[in-house]
Amino acid sequence: MDLSWMGWTPFTATFFVVIASLIVSMLVWEKLVPGGAPRDGILGFETTRGDRLFVSLLGSAFIHIGWLFFIGDMLWWALILSFFYALAVFRWV
Amino acid sequence: MQRKTNQKAWFLVLPVFLLVGFSAIIPLMTVVNYSVQDSFGSGEFYWVGTEWFIEILNSERFHSALGRQLLFTSIILAIEIPLGILIALSMPKKGWGASICLVLMALPLLIPWNVVGTIWQIFAREDIGLLGHTLAAMGVEYNYTQSAFDAWVTVIVMDVWHWTSLVVLLCYAGLCSIPEAFYQAAKIDGATRWAVFRYIQFPKMNRVLLIAVLLRFMDSFMIYTEPFVVTGGGPGNATTFLSIDLVKMAIGQFDVGPAAAFSLIYFLIVLLVSWVFYTVMTARDGEAG
Repeated sequence: MDLSWMGWTPFTATFFVVIASLIVSMLVWEKLVPGGAPRDGILGFETTRGDRLFVSLLGSAFIHIGWLFFIGDMLWWALILSFFYALAVFRWV
Repeated sequence: MQRKTNQKAWFLVLPVFLLVGFSAIIPLMTVVNYSVQDSFGSGEFYWVGTEWFIEILNSERFHSALGRQLLFTSIILAIEIPLGILIALSMPKKGWGASICLVLMALPLLIPWNVVGTIWQIFAREDIGLLGHTLAAMGVEYNYTQSAFDAWVTVIVMDVWHWTSLVVLLCYAGLCSIPEAFYQAAKIDGATRWAVFRYIQFPKMNRVLLIAVLLRFMDSFMIYTEPFVVTGGGPGNATTFLSIDLVKMAIGQFDVGPAAAFSLIYFLIVLLVSWVFYTVMTARDGEAG
């Protein structure tokens, strides 16, 4: 099957593999510890593990966009910042 | 005896997964791939990294379109949601009047978007349109092809005409689900009309209002066909909203790379605002019980 029209690159393929791996990891986590671990975090409403992953991914996307807008290239720093942001979300949100 | 778990039901959701895969996930993957490359067609791609994102994020054109879009959506929500609630509250709950109101409310929703645009384009013309002709006869200067203000008024009134019915029908469904006992209790307590709305009707409409706000936000934020048919994004760029600008970039100029970066930023904004609306309204719903 010719998929050249999709214009795949190693970087974008890695990006989607990481997203898919995160989703599969969440499924495995849910299987091992069912219930989604709901809790009221610092945002003042209940979140489950899935919510926290969504908030992490959405926030990370905006961290990258903000980085590109205010600073420019060098997205590795934005990636590191996003990682710590995701850790904070899973710890406190 | 140990109970057997049957997982075969998962096959029933397989068509949905396939449909979403083909209609949403594969196109989204393609857009991500295009957003980091330049293409001249014929399957040729050149890696450019984050160049398109930086270009779009810093472009005056994108900022203007985003500003217009946010203003348009804010106006639409500020008009359609209160108006929809007001009309739903005024509609009869039973009898032949209810049926007539429901049919009348459903009519604008049955008309295709491009037909709505055409109707309003003709309706607002001074030479052959009823609205344009009447305003001219009254001495009101109105020309949506030359005045940016008139073009905005036309597009907003058209959207209100087309979509307020959706809010009305959703709110009406919410109101109809309130048991009569609630109203009787309020009557015994001597509650005012405002108190009935504030403490009975509004909390009970919360869920449908959430759907209405979300649908109207997403629809108005992604509006394309109606303003495109009526004004074509003009006069100048006065009614060039995000989707009109995006189509100009992707199809008019065949700048698929920048258009893909534009689409992803656009998508993320829609996703963020929808999530905020959903979270705030469901949290409030939870507090209300």
